[in-house]
Amino acid sequence: MKGRKFWNQVLAHAALMPFIIFAVFPFYHMALTSLKQNRELYDRTAVPLLIRQGATLEHYNRLLWETEFITWTKNSLLVTILATVISLVIGTIAAYALARLKFFAVAGLGTGIFVTYLVPTSLLFLPLAQVVNWLGLGDSKWALVVTYPTFLVPFCTWLLMGYFRTVPKEVEECAMVDGATRIQALWRIVLPIAVPGLVCAALFAFTLSWNEFIYALTFTSSSEQITASVGVTTELIRGDIYYWGSLMAGAVLASVPIVILYVFFLDYYVSGLTAGAIK
Amino acid sequence: MAIGTLPAAATRARPSIRARLSEFFDREHILGPLFISPAFLLILLLVAYPFCMAIYFSLSNTFIGRPSHFIGLTNFINLWDSDAFRQTFQNAFVFCGLAVGAKIVLGISLALLLNQQLWFKRMIRGAVLLPWVIPTALSTLGWSWMFNSLYSVVNWTLLASGIIDPPGPNWLGQKYYAMAAVIIVNIWRGLPFFAITLLAGLVAIPKELYEAAEADGAGPISRFWYVTLPLLKGVLAIVVLFSTIFTFSEFNIIYVLTHGGPINSTHLFATLARQVGLETGRIGEGAAISLYLFPALMIVVWAQLRYVRKQAN
Repeated sequence: MKGRKFWNQVLAHAALMPFIIFAVFPFYHMALTSLKQNRELYDRTAVPLLIRQGATLEHYNRLLWETEFITWTKNSLLVTILATVISLVIGTIAAYALARLKFFAVAGLGTGIFVTYLVPTSLLFLPLAQVVNWLGLGDSKWALVVTYPTFLVPFCTWLLMGYFRTVPKEVEECAMVDGATRIQALWRIVLPIAVPGLVCAALFAFTLSWNEFIYALTFTSSSEQITASVGVTTELIRGDIYYWGSLMAGAVLASVPIVILYVFFLDYYVSGLTAGAIK
Repeated sequence: MAIGTLPAAATRARPSIRARLSEFFDREHILGPLFISPAFLLILLLVAYPFCMAIYFSLSNTFIGRPSHFIGLTNFINLWDSDAFRQTFQNAFVFCGLAVGAKIVLGISLALLLNQQLWFKRMIRGAVLLPWVIPTALSTLGWSWMFNSLYSVVNWTLLASGIIDPPGPNWLGQKYYAMAAVIIVNIWRGLPFFAITLLAGLVAIPKELYEAAEADGAGPISRFWYVTLPLLKGVLAIVVLFSTIFTFSEFNIIYVLTHGGPINSTHLFATLARQVGLETGRIGEGAAISLYLFPALMIVVWAQLRYVRKQAN
């Protein structure tokens, strides 16, 4: 009986292997390409799965010192951090109001935010580009700081509403009986209990805005304003000439901030992903 | 004495104003709207207003840098004369249908496997979720190198294992192969969401039900069919709803991998709208193409909500 269980486990792992290879191989191949010498990279007789003629950092050197990659990464960081903080603040108070307070049209507003959550960015980028121009933010990274909250706030609100509802009402009421105002109760009692939810919302907001592409591609174009994803996919390709080594180096480096967060907060990602869809 | 009482009275008066203010803001019908208004204004200005503008653009012949005129539904009707649009319309359904279908089947299989007793549970979950976390535009760039016409590692592997004969397909340059390529990348990127969410649904199914079914003599297949699947339907419906919306409006993968080519064979609404609206400047027509997304999305949302409600009753 014990032997059968063991073999079932081995079988499950074996069946998972194709899925894991499918998921991870593109990243392995990306990293491998970024470290290969051009001689081996463009040799059709070489085995593409390994490095046999020695690794090199020339692609990384070219990327860091001969392109604007560092500027793009700084832009990405600035936009992502600001958009995350703004969305988290707006989302937190909106979620608290929707989850806890009774006022005019509260149910309608909740539905409205849910519907906004479902609107894909590719539906609105054309008119939004006009709005951005009218605001005087054409070809500016600040356009992204302003527009990213449009998809981050509905997400944060939706996620945090779920968390706030799990905080027992009595805890808050106790504090208010003791003389605390509602805002004090929110700040000192509810938010500390909802910290896992806030971490989760912050992580997802950071990831979503770091990964955003269509708005960044549409609203910014000059080399000093674009984000890392846009820079790597547009500026590194000159005409039809692809510098595959540097392209892959760029893809690897621009993924690093997300991978670091991901390694430390994997469990939050798992719970946030399920909560975002189910709650 | 008189000098001493004055500041004391003032300090007594100040908290009373503050107290009155905080009491005012503490009322739910004041604090509620106050708290919701930043989010409300943001959505009004940057979602609802652009949406109305999209409708206005689509009903006009707006062209960059030229005064526009109202032309009614002409854009929506004229699009059907365009081969590119008809091709895109067809692509959208082929792409979405095949990608979501594959994600359902593979997602359920992967979730069932992840629900087994595993030795490296955390590491395996981490690996499976990775494609969902990395910026899509960048990982798709990796895929476009993997599908490169001369140095494709996919072709190399298939040739080396004897599955195909040389020279092998030009993935991104041939019509059906290009569609296959964008579908594969979409499945790769969307599978983690299906698997992890369905896994949460699986974990929530009470163990007693399986034990009861086993006691009644149900084998693994009928346990899956009569216990797992019916109880997973609710979560599955929601996952499919989300995935359909985001697969239908896909932009990043197409833009980076094929730019809609070869000859429009992989264009979707979002990429064609960008090409027509921004690259050639016909904003009115571009907005009309974007808005073709909307009724299709409404139908999907409506069908899903109806299904979920039916399940609930």
